[in-house]
Amino acid sequence: MPLNLTTYSKITWCPGCPNSQILVAFRQAIQELVDQNKLKPENLVAFAGIGCHGKITDYLNTNSFTSLHGRLIPAMTGAKCANPELTCIGFSGDGDSYSEGLEHLIHAARRNSDIKVFIHDNQLFALTTGQASSRSPLGFKSKTTPLGSIEPPFNPLLTLLSAGASFVARTYAGDLKGTKRIMEAAISHKGFAFVDIIQPCITFFDTRDYFKDRIYWIDENLPKNDLNKAMALVNGGDEKVPLGIFYEVERPTFEDQLAKI
Amino acid sequence: MSNDHHNDVFTIGIGGAAGDGVREAGNSLGTILADLGYEVFLSFSYPSLIRGGHNYSRVSFSREKVRCDHEKLDVLVALNEETIKLHHDELHSEQGHFPGVVLADSFDDEDKKRLGENAVAVPMIKSAEGLKAPAITRNSVALGAVAYLLDLDYEAMRKVLGIVFKDKMMETNMKLADIGYEQMKKLGFKHQKRLSSKGSTSQGGRTLSRELVEGNEAFARGLTAAGLDFYVAYPMTPSSSILHYLAKRQLDTKVKVIQPESELSVINMALGVSYAGKRVAIGSATGGFQLMQEAFGFAGIAELPLVVAISQRQAPGTGVPTYSSQADLRLAIHAGDGEFPRIVIAPGDAEEAFMAGANALNLAWKYQVPVIVLLDKILSEHSMTGVFDSKTIQIERGRIAEHTDEKYGRYEISPDGISPMAFPGMSNTVVKANSYEHDRYGITIEEVEPVKEMLEKRFAKARTISDALHMQETVKVYGDRDSKDAVVFWGSTKGAVLEAAKYLDKPVKFVQILWAEPFDSERVKRELSGAKRIINIEGNHNAQMAFLIREKTGIEVTDNILRYDSRPFDPIGLAKELTRLVLED
Repeated sequence: MPLNLTTYSKITWCPGCPNSQILVAFRQAIQELVDQNKLKPENLVAFAGIGCHGKITDYLNTNSFTSLHGRLIPAMTGAKCANPELTCIGFSGDGDSYSEGLEHLIHAARRNSDIKVFIHDNQLFALTTGQASSRSPLGFKSKTTPLGSIEPPFNPLLTLLSAGASFVARTYAGDLKGTKRIMEAAISHKGFAFVDIIQPCITFFDTRDYFKDRIYWIDENLPKNDLNKAMALVNGGDEKVPLGIFYEVERPTFEDQLAKI
Repeated sequence: MSNDHHNDVFTIGIGGAAGDGVREAGNSLGTILADLGYEVFLSFSYPSLIRGGHNYSRVSFSREKVRCDHEKLDVLVALNEETIKLHHDELHSEQGHFPGVVLADSFDDEDKKRLGENAVAVPMIKSAEGLKAPAITRNSVALGAVAYLLDLDYEAMRKVLGIVFKDKMMETNMKLADIGYEQMKKLGFKHQKRLSSKGSTSQGGRTLSRELVEGNEAFARGLTAAGLDFYVAYPMTPSSSILHYLAKRQLDTKVKVIQPESELSVINMALGVSYAGKRVAIGSATGGFQLMQEAFGFAGIAELPLVVAISQRQAPGTGVPTYSSQADLRLAIHAGDGEFPRIVIAPGDAEEAFMAGANALNLAWKYQVPVIVLLDKILSEHSMTGVFDSKTIQIERGRIAEHTDEKYGRYEISPDGISPMAFPGMSNTVVKANSYEHDRYGITIEEVEPVKEMLEKRFAKARTISDALHMQETVKVYGDRDSKDAVVFWGSTKGAVLEAAKYLDKPVKFVQILWAEPFDSERVKRELSGAKRIINIEGNHNAQMAFLIREKTGIEVTDNILRYDSRPFDPIGLAKELTRLVLED
């Protein structure tokens, strides 16, 4: 049965913004999971932080929790602890979770909180009209770095792997099918699932051409439980940008253990 | 000033180095005395160190309620020499009073000369060594010796001792207590004056036992009684013992306890719990609470029920972390950005902390607002006997939505401002919480009229709360209600003020303010407007309550007694100052 996942809220992302593709991929992923009886729509909660990504909760006719800047992760863990039936899916940005709220991401990965985090990674602050973020490349010129950024960018995948995330993946917003597939796998994973979504900001930092030449999907059949190989894969320099599920293992979740006490 | 009551209170000081078990010894003695039927007040002071600093426990007990520390000591138990040097001048030395006695392993010549026959050598360390027990058990020798000095019913005491040491080398501790008792007997030492105990309190046909309970524990028990599901906190003195208590009791109480990575995580996690429909409280010292400000405002705009315990300590910054203060009243009532309704309750003793815990959780859910319970180091970490009866606590769930469908809006406009709450997981129902201003469905808005409407909806709740203030114990009055001399106070200062009241010859009216927000202007005005002299007593530099009273009622206090050196008010000193002020006119 087709779900009504849209709301009356007017979409205010820039026309052509890859955020819309993320929204469509997510709606399709949810529809499929519900059709396959893997998810009850009333148990779905979409969380967001603050940034362009954060508008997504207004566009989804589902339970939602629009948090503060950088603070969605602990709220997700709280809701999951309070009601283990919920499927808590968080949308965040590189400003929201790689700059402001990084501590929460790392600790949620460490404790294997059973939540799914999708990061709209556009490598700068877009909603505040284009300042450098922790993901902006070295030398990046912006309103706050007119002479070029002197900071090297943060490697989220490497950090999350070493923090203990039990599911680590990357996708590209422009690849709607690929993004949907990764989202479904992340939502079906029991434990902390982390997905970095490359989302070029077509207004302030259009990287579409840059990534078009560099992204590639890794072989799906590679073993996913080798941490060293996963780390090597996500730490292989800028020339090629691998997409796919780099790491996936099962370990006890924080919420299951808490419920057992 | 009268001293009649003074002889009815016994005070025992126990001092030693950190790690000597000073706190445990004080707790054991206090529990024994409470179980024997006495009213007890137990204080503990310590520096911010794990080992090596001076720790000091004081146990005051009487037939009547003891509300705070008494400066003069009947017995000083010195677990090291430093204790004698630091505290000998607190011993009773007045005419007509038993002189204070010091119990120690040994005394140097200076102390022998100073104390004379009141220096009593009790072999504490040797006795413990003799039984091959750890040094910390020497406290039990002291307990036995104290029991003799105070002429306690020793058989009854041994029974209680058995319960206190149930899991902690009971046999050894009992033997050591016997050694202490026998040693005093052998010395032929005079018993001090004997106090009869008053037994248990009867209420409504049931017999309720009085217990010696720390303020933080009392608060935690109040929360638990009101149906707490989750407690989330990051450790910070003096709030940590709420976390310790609830963590230790989680198997019995079924309250889930989580200690996340930071205060920011604490409050945001709690908001997630609340959104999903579970009753949650968080706690910190004021510094930790300051880290939570943004999310406190989020709780306000998203109307998520939340209880916050704030235990004040001497600030700003890291301040004097293990000592007390009442300087965060203004911060609590103005917490968060923007304007939104909240409730701030400041209990004055352990029994009020118990009630405040229960009340706060019910009010948070009834009105869908954040509720602060403002504590301080003295209230949080000192213990007092009281009745803590969980059976008297009702659980109020608030307005929960029933039979919801796709038309449900979490922020539906209603005359009293309270919208029916639904939670994620209810079929055909979408529940949206939003830190942005939002419409009745929870979708972000910026248009003028809806923004105004939603803010006014929240302030309709503020009116609803204020209209029901008469149902709450917002203000308490003690002493002579018709006196033209009024003393006003709040929080743990209650203990010192009401203890000081016992020494005043002139009738005085005592007014305690329990609700700081919303402020019960009507009641405060009624209680204070007839007074010629209003003396405000509080533990801060700026007389924050005095100015709050003026702001809310137009009434100016005539005198302020303020203490801002991080230490508690001394009731005797306070009595002297009050006597001087009320006799002035």
